[in-house]
Amino acid sequence: MTQISNSPKSIFMSFERIQEKLKILADAAKYDVSCASSGSKRSNINKGLGDATGMGICHSYTEDGRCVSLLKILLTNYCIFDCAYCVTRKSNDIKRAAFQVQEVVDLTINFYRRNYIEGLFLSSGIFKSADYTMERLVAVAKKLRLEENFNGYIHLKSIPGASDELMKEAGLYADRLSVNIEIPTKEGLKLLAPEKNREDFIKPMLKVKNEIIQYQSEKKIIKSTPTFAPAGQSTQMIIGASGESDQQIMWTSNYFYKKFNLKRVYYSGYIPISHDPRLPQIGTDVPMLRENRLYQTDWLMRFYGFEVHEILNNEHQNLDLDVDPKLGWALRNMAHFPVDVNKADKFMLARIPGLGMKSVHKILQARQFRNLNWDHLKLMGVALNRAKYFLVCDSRDFERRDLTGPQLKSIILQNTTSKYQNILSPQLNLFG
Amino acid sequence: MLNSEEYTLSYDGTFDGFLTCVFHSYEQKMSNVTFQRNQHVQQSLFGSTIEIITDLEKADRVWKGIKSKTSARGSLRVYTAFLSEQAQIEALLLNYIQQAFISVLPMDFDFANETVLKVSQIAKSVGREKHRMEAFVRFKLTTDGIYFANIEPDFDVLPLISKHFKSRYADQKWIIYDLKRNYGLYYDLKRVEMMQLALPDDYDPTKTKTDFFTNSEIEFQTLWQDYFESTNIASRKNMKLHVQHVPKRYWKYLSEKLR
Ligand code: SF4
Repeated sequence: MTQISNSPKSIFMSFERIQEKLKILADAAKYDVSCASSGSKRSNINKGLGDATGMGICHSYTEDGRCVSLLKILLTNYCIFDCAYCVTRKSNDIKRAAFQVQEVVDLTINFYRRNYIEGLFLSSGIFKSADYTMERLVAVAKKLRLEENFNGYIHLKSIPGASDELMKEAGLYADRLSVNIEIPTKEGLKLLAPEKNREDFIKPMLKVKNEIIQYQSEKKIIKSTPTFAPAGQSTQMIIGASGESDQQIMWTSNYFYKKFNLKRVYYSGYIPISHDPRLPQIGTDVPMLRENRLYQTDWLMRFYGFEVHEILNNEHQNLDLDVDPKLGWALRNMAHFPVDVNKADKFMLARIPGLGMKSVHKILQARQFRNLNWDHLKLMGVALNRAKYFLVCDSRDFERRDLTGPQLKSIILQNTTSKYQNILSPQLNLFG
Repeated sequence: MLNSEEYTLSYDGTFDGFLTCVFHSYEQKMSNVTFQRNQHVQQSLFGSTIEIITDLEKADRVWKGIKSKTSARGSLRVYTAFLSEQAQIEALLLNYIQQAFISVLPMDFDFANETVLKVSQIAKSVGREKHRMEAFVRFKLTTDGIYFANIEPDFDVLPLISKHFKSRYADQKWIIYDLKRNYGLYYDLKRVEMMQLALPDDYDPTKTKTDFFTNSEIEFQTLWQDYFESTNIASRKNMKLHVQHVPKRYWKYLSEKLR
């Protein structure tokens, strides 16, 4: 197998060349924020290499605090398209490089064996055609699975416009597939990437979704049916490049979650990379706080039982930056509070500002033993500084003033020393 | 009748040894027990010291008892907390076990109970260290074809990470060596065994010398360091967050941090 020989020679034809390619093609791939390596059920078979059954591990963190879990590279940064928001765009004057299939395989296997990574995230600029590019991405995954008996995580980018046959093959070897829709609105896409259209993104996504459903139903009948993209699909949107509102972003996100059963939507604050007048200029701050608020909203939709229109609607098109979206919702809906922690159901507990799902579960379990009071809640580690205004427990002590939303907001903001200013990364505790 | 005399139970420091102690404390109805690991035996001023010889059968009976009174998570929590090696962890766990035995509902979900809370907090920090080790182990390929890693975890987590590495690296020989506790795990393509190494006096875990390690090892470390640097986005730099995720005390084992 891939035991490396002990010869002093490098396993690469030219080490320097590989080094240069890796620098270029990792640098070009870093704007894709997805790093997830969880959700697959691929286990080690026949004593091969790797296992992707776990939670997904961050093996390191970049200096901006993002998880490093996968070897995230482009196969090539040559591209025939000229999307304004992308560093790889044709008109950009940068160094170009391309990996050979075997080189990517060698890097992945050797990084994996050293416990640097959970697997590979391979994307690419589009060279020649969509199918030509997709074919090569699939070839890498196929080689890893069939020749190297690799059971680690593989995330492949679905190239917009790739054929159904190739997407089908990709799903047999990859754990996750993703197409980045990048621009949340059709109008924005028209402005910034006129050569592209929504349908090209949606087609491979739809194919993968349908295949996943079909494989899953077959697997129920025939156990030996192979898995198809077991970690599902994801996508990414760039935030702040085309003047869209938070409502437009999250409604688009909601649409994709529902319509294509996406596992994740990522939000990536636009990092200015060009002097193009259609885009925010170089030197403009990355909208990291806004990005964080969008992730919080996404969490509320997926885990807290919120519907998107409760948080964002025509009256309320953008998220507050000074309070998190759950607190914002509560302040606009004071009639639902206070919530009795000893009686309320999970759904209402989850709506108490400051309470994470972990605390909700702890409360549900602990209250079987006794009625909970403030001391119990504190002992359990429930963060009360905001929650205390929105709940009652087994105590005569509770907020008795009949405060309006805006009054309460100013009290809370006075008491919390702008902690949110540091919480800028989606990797952080979202409701800590 | 409870026996309220003070006892010090001295045992070998293993989990089975501890469970044997629990067995004795029940058998003798002792209510006032402190524990001592054999490595640091001190004469206690009061009461009597009893040396407990680890007895697998008795340990097993206690373990089964714990399992029948707690959820799977609850019993794992006892073992995990034990590996924290904290002073007086045994007394706390004995208290936990005593309460679990008399509780009607499985006690491990009683998060407003102080003992449950303490034990689960300790188990949580051990668990966090386990996850860190699963993430931060960096193998280096030796000239003998073995993937070798050093660790110095805050707690004795090797027993907890064995399974993870065995199922992941089934087709390569590996050693994960705890320099602090001076023992390691060795996987020989069939099973994982405990082992001890006589490392040279001047052994430096942060160096990759070519008398031990292959040439390609140095190449891959270089590539990994390059990769790590290329993934940074300067305009988002946030070192505070970085250090929060990767505390500095681990840096010396992370090849990407050794440049
Ligand atoms: S097609 Fe993809 S790689 Fe090419 S310019 Fe557009 S976004 Fe960038």
